[in-house]
Amino acid sequence: MNTYAALLIMALTVYMIRLLPLLFLRRELKNRFLRSFLHYVPYVTLAVMTFPAILEVTENPLAGALALIAGLITAWVNGDLFLVAVTCCAAVFLTGLIL
Amino acid sequence: MSERQQASTSVISWLKRGLRDGFPICMGYFAVSFALGIAARRIAMTWLQAGLMSMGLVASAGEFAALVLLESHAGVIEMVSTCIVVNLRYFLMSCALSQKLSPELPLYHRFFLAQGITDEMFALCTAVDGWLVPAYSYGMMIISIFGWTLGTILGVLAGNILPAQVVAALSVSLYGMFLAIIIPPARRDAFIGGLVAVSMLASWLFSVLPVLRTITGGFKVIILTVLLAGAAALLRPLEDEHPETEQGGQS
Repeated sequence: MNTYAALLIMALTVYMIRLLPLLFLRRELKNRFLRSFLHYVPYVTLAVMTFPAILEVTENPLAGALALIAGLITAWVNGDLFLVAVTCCAAVFLTGLIL
Repeated sequence: MSERQQASTSVISWLKRGLRDGFPICMGYFAVSFALGIAARRIAMTWLQAGLMSMGLVASAGEFAALVLLESHAGVIEMVSTCIVVNLRYFLMSCALSQKLSPELPLYHRFFLAQGITDEMFALCTAVDGWLVPAYSYGMMIISIFGWTLGTILGVLAGNILPAQVVAALSVSLYGMFLAIIIPPARRDAFIGGLVAVSMLASWLFSVLPVLRTITGGFKVIILTVLLAGAAALLRPLEDEHPETEQGGQS
C-alpha cells in the first residue's frame, strides 16, 4: 500500500475515535455513576501513565526517580505547570552531569 | 463594553492562556517527537511523510505503532484495528471531555476540538473550571501540534544533532506536567490523593507481575482506568449538582 494512503487511513481512524464521543454526547449525562466515572478518569489515566513510565524514559532510572520526587514536591508546593515541568527536566539534566 | 466586545476579549485572553499553558507541552512533545522522527527515518520515511503522520495522528504511542504497521506492510484491517486498540483511551477521554462542553456550543467546534484530544491537552482542558472555552484548546493545539510536527520532521532530517543529555531531560517534561495536574487536587482532596496513589501502585504492579507484564501500554491504561475510575465512582459518587454555567453568568 502507498504510504500516504496508509497514513490517511490511520489518521481517519484515530480522528473518529476522538470525534464520535464528542458528537454523540452532546448533553450532560444524567446518570450519576457515569458522571462520577468520567470525573475520575483523568486522575487515574494520568497517574497510570506517569508511574513507572517516568523511571523508564531516562537511561538511568535514578534520574527518572529524582525527576519524579522533584516534580511531586514542586507540584505539592506550587502547582504551576511550567515550573513543575522545568524542575523535572532540570533534575534529569543535573543527574546526568553529576553521574 | 458591549457584550460582543467582551466576548472577543475573553476569547483572546483564553487563546493566550492556551498558548502559554501549551508551551511546556510543546517542549515535551518536541523531545518525544524528535525520537519518533529518528525512528521514522530508520524505516526510510521522508520528512514530509513523517510530518504528515504527526500532524494527522497526534499520538505518541499511536505513532510508534503506526511505524510498526508501515514497516510490516500491514493490511487495512490490521491497520485499523491496531489503531483503535492503541488509541482507545482517547475514546474515554473524549467521553469525559464532552461533559466539559456547553450544550449550547456550536457544533463545528466539536470537529476541531476532537483533533486536540491527546493525553496532555486533555489533562489541561479538564482542569479548567466550568465549561471549556474552545479558544483555550485552540491556543494549546496551535503551539503543541506545531512542536510535535516540527520535532518529528527535525528528527528525520537531523537525527543525532541534539546531545543525548538534552533529549533525556526534555523527555520527562511531559510527566512533570501530569504531576502538576494531578497533585494539587490530590493535596486538597484525600480521596483523589488515595486514588492517584492506588493508580500508580497498580500501574507499577502491571509492569512487574508475570502475565500482567505482557499487557501493552495502551491496554494497561484502558483496563486500569475502567477498573479504578469505576471503583472510585462507586465508592464516592459525585454530589448531584451541575457545573455552573460561566458564560453569560457574572459580568
